[in-house]
Amino acid sequence: MLDIKPQFPVLNRPHADGKPLVYLDTAATAQKPVAVIDAMDRFYRESYGTVRRGVYRLSEKATAAYEGTRAKAAKLLNAASEKEIVYTRGSTDGLNLVAASYGGSVLKPGDEIVLTQLEHHANIVPWQMVAEKTGAKIKVVPCDDRGVLDLDAYSALLASGKVKIVAVGHVSNALGTIHPIAEMARRAHAAKAVIVVDGAQGISHQAVDVQALGADFYAFSSHKMFGPTGVGILYGRYELLKEMPPYQGGGDMIRRVTFEKTTYQDPPHRFEAGTPSIVEVVGLGAAIDWITGVGIDKIAAHEHALLEYGTPLLAAIPGLRLIGTAPEKAGVLGFVLDGIHPHDIGTLLDQEGIAIRAGHHCAQPAMDRFGVPATARASLGPYNTEADLDALAEGIKKIQRMFA
Amino acid sequence: MSAANELYQQVILDHNRNPRNYRPLPDATHVCHGHNPLCGDDITVYAKMGEGGKIEDVSFQGNGCAISKASASLMTQQLKGKPIEEARELFGEFHKMVKGNLNPETQPNHLGKLRLFEGVKEYSSRIKCATLSWHALMGALDRQEEATTE
Repeated sequence: MLDIKPQFPVLNRPHADGKPLVYLDTAATAQKPVAVIDAMDRFYRESYGTVRRGVYRLSEKATAAYEGTRAKAAKLLNAASEKEIVYTRGSTDGLNLVAASYGGSVLKPGDEIVLTQLEHHANIVPWQMVAEKTGAKIKVVPCDDRGVLDLDAYSALLASGKVKIVAVGHVSNALGTIHPIAEMARRAHAAKAVIVVDGAQGISHQAVDVQALGADFYAFSSHKMFGPTGVGILYGRYELLKEMPPYQGGGDMIRRVTFEKTTYQDPPHRFEAGTPSIVEVVGLGAAIDWITGVGIDKIAAHEHALLEYGTPLLAAIPGLRLIGTAPEKAGVLGFVLDGIHPHDIGTLLDQEGIAIRAGHHCAQPAMDRFGVPATARASLGPYNTEADLDALAEGIKKIQRMFA
Repeated sequence: MSAANELYQQVILDHNRNPRNYRPLPDATHVCHGHNPLCGDDITVYAKMGEGGKIEDVSFQGNGCAISKASASLMTQQLKGKPIEEARELFGEFHKMVKGNLNPETQPNHLGKLRLFEGVKEYSSRIKCATLSWHALMGALDRQEEATTE
């Protein structure tokens, strides 16, 4: 098991009521190691300047650090080239970019977009918006009671011959199911569709190789991978990116502007209008270095061991039902308690110093599938320990006694 | 005692377990369905207006957390027989209290048992739970069919 909690300042100080924090909401946002915090602080103090514009050395230095993250991300994802790495504001922004730019230019009336029952709203709503504009239709892959996608139903949808885009999460944020992306990509490509992967929950919990997965697009956020908020990355296959129209117009995405006609930069800069989140991109670079240093396989193994420990621990509590029991799962423990609303669970666990998420997790269709308006969700990170899960189980039992 | 333990007192837990006036009102003159999109809480409030603008009977049904359910239950108890104006005034005081803008210990008010919900002010995310039934009631009185906490 890893021992990296000491590297996370927020996890090593007393919180409300003087208790230490038991942080079990990493699927919402990951805490930051001192390496990331220091890298951003140092950059502000020593190297901060505008990027890709300045003709002075400070700007050159800032640009090198800023563009350096692109190389790190390309390596992390095993992208064919740095040109396939587009900086965004986060997963949501990346998915909106693909939906508006790629979807907006290829979709025709009657074309189909395939989503799954378990998508986050960020991988539903942008597609609904582009479907509305283009006359395309949304089709949905169902899942079983464990939260496993029905791949036969998926193939049946692809058989219509009208599917242009498949958009699927790598890992379900509400249930933790790891979807079989490589197989889904193979079937999508056989049906001449592209596959867009929402990697928000996938990126920091396992090794991601976009070429091995066959992902045409892969979007994720920095803040869920121990980096700062406000930035993310969209990986896109270069042949697709180069044909796509800009998403937003502004400075730095153009080649030449006149009032008669404007020409655009090549990807990735075509999709990066305006002064970017410079320091946050540098922080993301530090987060990638931190993940690589610890080892993504070690992080995955640590979280898997905790999931194996926590699953029977919670399942043994009478009146508790786990929501999401797929055999291939990331470190997410979604559950409901008989007669106790998830919001009450969340507020009362907070009293024990335990932070979990309670609600619909921006995945209302997934909640509908399981017949619950909301769930409580404990999600794991590399800094969690078995003691954190013991505290969770004790906290749950205490709440049950209160409500009995 | 900590804020949430104060909030989840026996009275609130009891009203959650055995909500009062938990039934539809067949001869209701006003009905409104209240919905909190954030947490899926779903409450229908029924009111029967009597002579002189008085709330002759009021009841509710639905699903929600302990806070929203207990709040609805205590609201119905508190409002039965009260004139509409007093109900509106009470909602104003209740809303101020849960937002931390009215201290029931030091400022004049008519809150009575509803003071139990003062602890909600520590949890801004739960204010909507405590006020859902009130929003629905106000919607009913204003002849809306749907009310939300948004």
